[in-house]
Amino acid sequence: MILEATNDALRLDANFVDYTLVAIYFVFVIGIGLAARRQVSTSLDFFLSGRSLPAWVTGLAFISANLGAVEIMGMSANGAQIGMATMHYYWIGAIPAMLFLGVVMMPFYYGSKVRSVPEFMRRRFGTGAHLVNALSFALAQLLIAGVNLYLLATIVNVLLGWPLWISLIAAAAVVLTYTALGGLSAAIYNEVLQFFVIVAALLPLTIVGLHRVGGIDGLVDKVNNGPVDGMLSSWPGQNLTGFESPTASVIGIVLGLGFVLSFGYWTTNFVEVQRAMASNSMSAARRAPIIGSFPKMFIPFIIIIPGIIASVLAPEILALNEGKGDGSVQYNDALLILIRDLLPNGMLGVAIAGLMAAFMAGMAANISAFNTVFSYDLWQQYVKKDRPDGYYTRVGRIATIAATVVAIFTALLASGYSNLMDYLQTLFGFFNAPLFATFILGMFWKRMTATAGWAGLSSGTIAAIAVAVLSQDALGPLSIGAIDLSGQGASFVAAGAAFVVDIVVSVIVTLFTRPRVESELKGLVYSLTPKADRTDPNESSLPWYQRPVLLAGISLTMVVILNITFH
Amino acid sequence: MADTDKHAAQSKRAVRAFDIRTIIGTLLGIYGVILLLMGIFASDSDLEGSDGSSINLLTGITLLVVSAFFLTWVRLRPLLVAEGEEDASDAHIE
Repeated sequence: MILEATNDALRLDANFVDYTLVAIYFVFVIGIGLAARRQVSTSLDFFLSGRSLPAWVTGLAFISANLGAVEIMGMSANGAQIGMATMHYYWIGAIPAMLFLGVVMMPFYYGSKVRSVPEFMRRRFGTGAHLVNALSFALAQLLIAGVNLYLLATIVNVLLGWPLWISLIAAAAVVLTYTALGGLSAAIYNEVLQFFVIVAALLPLTIVGLHRVGGIDGLVDKVNNGPVDGMLSSWPGQNLTGFESPTASVIGIVLGLGFVLSFGYWTTNFVEVQRAMASNSMSAARRAPIIGSFPKMFIPFIIIIPGIIASVLAPEILALNEGKGDGSVQYNDALLILIRDLLPNGMLGVAIAGLMAAFMAGMAANISAFNTVFSYDLWQQYVKKDRPDGYYTRVGRIATIAATVVAIFTALLASGYSNLMDYLQTLFGFFNAPLFATFILGMFWKRMTATAGWAGLSSGTIAAIAVAVLSQDALGPLSIGAIDLSGQGASFVAAGAAFVVDIVVSVIVTLFTRPRVESELKGLVYSLTPKADRTDPNESSLPWYQRPVLLAGISLTMVVILNITFH
Repeated sequence: MADTDKHAAQSKRAVRAFDIRTIIGTLLGIYGVILLLMGIFASDSDLEGSDGSSINLLTGITLLVVSAFFLTWVRLRPLLVAEGEEDASDAHIE
């Protein structure tokens, strides 16, 4: 996961023009922060952009918030290592869940006017489940912000040769400036801008790479003659799951990745949902993840395909796949090697700007979600209630500064203990796994009780951790290897266990505890929410391309076609 | 936004300048011009080295087209303060 901090092999030959392109980008980033500041007059402006943004902006921000260091470097590395099966992280592991969020769940998030996902938890299940959810989310964001910051600083260090600590502080200072000034609007605007710059960097890279290997035919020939089997087929994806049996592998991908893991992540992760909540109407909020699903299904072509190209074009990656790597280069470097070898000055600057933009936006997304949950869900709920609105905006700005400082220290920790960081991320992932079970049960079963909320959540999390501990390597040295599961396969089974245990415990506990008064659940539970509160009154008059359900249908059809075409 | 009523015309201009479409269009436009120039004035040795120089040219032209799309979009459907935001939200997913 982590790049070497002093690796001259990847130093890019950047010249004056490239630096100029990067500098121009930074002027825009800071400019957006300053301009967004003038639009902040209430805490809702700061934390949720005043719920004023059009759907295409929040939709692009929805996917860009995730398009940080971990996704770009990690997914191209997977492409270089296992090939087309990596597509499942998008077509199976993201799109269906995003569509489900827009069609089924967003009406409750947006219609109930909650300001965060943990706040929905509190309104539906009370403070027990809320505190667990808010705290684990806030901690996870600090951790991931640190990882993003570390990767960002490493890129600057490797590509441009700046010392790591200077890169770290400079990058943190830029992110801090625009998120503290402009709040969520600044973060979202930068995410949208970042999306276009990263596409402007990676699409030409993919085209040049394809050209170099002799087009698509040349790529297919070279990969089929290469050292890794099955790189060009996505199903049954055994090199992704690590399962022996093809049937088990397909089931693992569909249920484990496609259902429990991805629904838990995309439908309850406030980093993503916050972007959709900033939309200007119910139908726009529902459309945000659905609109985002269209670029999301094509973005792997400019992230994973370059990884596959690197596996045949870059001698260093070829050596890794033949088992002859000397340790100086890792799969994570695949994209950087390609950029180094293929892009001339000019495009090189766009690529550096694009990568830095993506990594900064990833970190800013974590921080803007953190400061909202910290201010509304922790500070306002448990520490200082009933202060004037401006007080909470100030708390948010201070939380932003504090989070950035913590992220710098987390990043320093990551530079020393990279494995620890990976395990911690896996661990926080287990808090995500049972969330979807609790939410979906709570949204559609009015009888489900508050006790069942926190009991289901905690037992589900414990079940996931138990599976990880019993597996071969999911939690590193903590895993004892009692069951024969490793890698992604172990994560799928852990998430599946969390989901089942959560549902079973929730149902049993509900049957023995007293349900909440129905009037308190209006807007939060399907059967108790009037249709007018969960739909847009103007929905029937909207043109076809603004109707969430129809758009979701088109998106789903396209993703099925993609799966068939690239099986 | 207390001052929007007082200086309606002024803040409308400010809103257009801060419209994300203007920002995207401007940045991609600047990038497009720089890449285009890099592509046009590439030395022969650059051209021999790889197909790299033509990628500067091609990307530059593409970025200018995308930039023109966004700037035209802002012109045709400006963002109105407080009302008409629905208009601006027409889904452009390409």
